[in-house]
Amino acid sequence: MSVETILRLATPLIFTSLGGFLSERSGVIQIGLEGLMLVGAFVGATVAFGASSCWLGWLVAFLAGVIVAAIYAFFVIELEADQIVTGTALNLTVAGLIPFVSKILFNTTGSTPTLDISNRFFWEPIAIALLSVVLIQIWFSKTNSGLWLKFAGEKPKALESSGVSPRKIRWLCSLMAGGLAAWGGASLSLFLASSYSPLMTSGRGFIALAALIFGRWKPWSAFLACLLFGAAETLQIHWQGQSVGGFMIPVQLIQILPYIFTIVALAGFVGKNSPPAALGRPL
Amino acid sequence: MKKSLIGFIIGLVLALSLTLFAGENPLHIAWILMKSAFGSSYDLGLTLYYTTGLIFTGLSVSLAFSAGLFNIGAEGQLLMGSIAAALLGVLFPHVPGFLAPILAVLVAGLAGALWALIPALLKIYRGSHEVIVTMMMNFIASGLTSWAVLQWIPNPDSQNPESAKIASSYMFQDIDFVKKLLGDSPASLALVLALFGAFVLWFVMKRTRWGYEVHISGLNPSAAERAGIDVAKIQIQAFCWAGALAAGVAVTEVLGNSGQFRIGFSPEFGFIGIAVALMARNHPLGILLSAFLMGALHKGASDLDFETTTITRDFSKIIQGVIILFVAVQSYRIFKKRGSRVS
Repeated sequence: MSVETILRLATPLIFTSLGGFLSERSGVIQIGLEGLMLVGAFVGATVAFGASSCWLGWLVAFLAGVIVAAIYAFFVIELEADQIVTGTALNLTVAGLIPFVSKILFNTTGSTPTLDISNRFFWEPIAIALLSVVLIQIWFSKTNSGLWLKFAGEKPKALESSGVSPRKIRWLCSLMAGGLAAWGGASLSLFLASSYSPLMTSGRGFIALAALIFGRWKPWSAFLACLLFGAAETLQIHWQGQSVGGFMIPVQLIQILPYIFTIVALAGFVGKNSPPAALGRPL
Repeated sequence: MKKSLIGFIIGLVLALSLTLFAGENPLHIAWILMKSAFGSSYDLGLTLYYTTGLIFTGLSVSLAFSAGLFNIGAEGQLLMGSIAAALLGVLFPHVPGFLAPILAVLVAGLAGALWALIPALLKIYRGSHEVIVTMMMNFIASGLTSWAVLQWIPNPDSQNPESAKIASSYMFQDIDFVKKLLGDSPASLALVLALFGAFVLWFVMKRTRWGYEVHISGLNPSAAERAGIDVAKIQIQAFCWAGALAAGVAVTEVLGNSGQFRIGFSPEFGFIGIAVALMARNHPLGILLSAFLMGALHKGASDLDFETTTITRDFSKIIQGVIILFVAVQSYRIFKKRGSRVS
């Protein structure tokens, strides 16, 4: 169980929880992180395969995430649709659209063709993830515009009277969240695996959200929480096929470890949550 | 419901138009959907089988909604209910015939309720958001049930990932007039139970004190508290009943159809149930109609896999997603007050 393995497995979570951080801090609940990750994973793998370039896949994945997030933002910010319900719709629609598109493109119901080793990332997403954490943490705690983010989610009225539009902030943050979550997905298909496979995110969007809550809506602590979840996943892989005192631990029970861990984290240490005051409230 | 139907039609038209991109004729696709949902009595039976399951999960999501909670966990609850029924039916084959189905229904409901109790308690006492917790509980239920089936009650006669058959005394057998009517299709007496459940829930929500308290607790918790309602208690109770309702799928599948726990049997009844409940705007009787529409859609779409070369069964998810979107936009005022309470 090396630090490198933990970092690798935490990378999708780090991107996605950073996305969740931006969205939720600005006051927009983002249950659709799971769907956004799927979009990023699929588009990333598809473009990387088609163009034989993981960097192009990486870039287009971000754009695709932004576009999908724009639809979401339009519904919840402009039309004031319920954010949790809309997020659920996002997840469902994406889960239906991806097989539809992959059938047309590759004549498969899910997986994209395997990427050549030269078209995959080796460590780059880890570096980008770490850099993103540092940048967002500094931006959030040291700059004026970081304060705007805080106020958009806590006291949008106050922000508005100081001449900054909370609507704009929420839009911007929602779009960034889409791109980052898509990178979370793309780091699965371009980095941890070598293709997109159906529903490969397996709840990581929600786990990233849990990491964010566990980290009390702060980038740095959310990052640490992601490492913790990454460690839980490492443990899961490490224990598979191992026997403890002659007792073979069943694979299904090991696979549910990260989920149990997530619930324990949500329940045990966080206590009563303290989300942004205006989270989920339309302007 | 009228507006939701418009949402349904728009969703259907939108999704059908998408098939143009795959080089298909949308009218042809619509025809396949119709034909495979209602084409024969067996097809209709399968449609009604899905309808039955969706009534249960739709009621489940709807009841939780009424109490101001979002039950994304119906999928896990129905799995736990089904494994409980299967374990009972396989491990205790000698329960007398008239008692067995009743016992199985109760045990399944209890398992679903207990599985729902965990997120309810975490929500009320620890402030953990029920959406994330139930999502995790779904994954856990899926792992646990697969393990339990293969570890404790694997089917000795088959290599398939499924449990042994439950004792025949647990099945509805001769009294199942629904199955007889539809030529031994997967539809069963469970449909009658589901209809009954919808009616009971409608009565409870409209006519009883508890229903009123659930309603008020969901609509305006602080006013409910001031009026002397124990909101925490009501919400926990409502969520547990929601879990029990979701477990009705155990009756649909284990007692009414296969007589065993087949791993992966649920076509995501729990998630489609969200669309069913939203489309019916939480009205228990409206759920009957929306469950039927979604059931037909699901059955119709499942045949797209082999009726066309370009469209897959996942097609129905697009339609469900679009419907939820439309309902979300229309009903935002209802949920607006709740917005402050989530996360």
